[in-house]
Amino acid sequence: MKDHYTLPQDRPIGPSLIIELSCRILIPFIQLFALYVIAHGHYSPGGGFQGGVLLGASYILMAIAFDQKTSMRFFPLRANTALAGTGVFLYTGTGLACALLGGLFLDYSALEPLFPPLGPVEWRSMGIFIVEVGVGLAVMSIMVSLFWDLASGGKMDKGL
Amino acid sequence: MKKRALISTLFTGALLLYGTGDFPPWGDPNAPAARHVSPLYIERSVEDTHVPNVVTAVLADYRGYDTMFETIVIFCAGVVVVSALRRPDA
Repeated sequence: MKDHYTLPQDRPIGPSLIIELSCRILIPFIQLFALYVIAHGHYSPGGGFQGGVLLGASYILMAIAFDQKTSMRFFPLRANTALAGTGVFLYTGTGLACALLGGLFLDYSALEPLFPPLGPVEWRSMGIFIVEVGVGLAVMSIMVSLFWDLASGGKMDKGL
Repeated sequence: MKKRALISTLFTGALLLYGTGDFPPWGDPNAPAARHVSPLYIERSVEDTHVPNVVTAVLADYRGYDTMFETIVIFCAGVVVVSALRRPDA
């Protein structure tokens, strides 16, 4: 009995069928729920930050359960960097578009000329949604890139 | 030196705790913070923005600047960690 016991740091960490299979099943639902949290922020607790963190956590779970290379295959580094910038640009760009269309900066009702049938009030709701999506993209990418950098010490190899 | 630091920390903490005694009660509708713009947000957020969730309306519409720079702060944190740590070739 005694020679089967090893300290946690000495235990060889190999692929575990149980962990990998349960993560395979869990990750799509986590991502679906994250999209729900972002899209349903108008009606329930949630929004860009929370949904973005959930999306990021799904990729971090992938990096922990498999290895960092796997998560980088599903979420390439270039896409990560591009999405982080896109998220911030979506927010500031929406604000700038409001200003260019004749309103105040971040006054979404000024976006009405883009699609007049919605009306200014509904456009404010729409503007909030666009902005939340931008926040979600930025938070997701930054979360994942922080984890990758810290877990692999910047080498971007197998990671933890 | 450590003792002095401990004493000054305890003194400051006690002072701050003593100061909280003058705070308005939690959730007091007559607190100064709840009488300035909060009633306006609560009354008008639905007709202004058609968003039933007041928190979302305040976060992304009324306080849009705040949220924008929050996002930029997160972006900056990411950029700083990438530029400080990431060395893919080494």
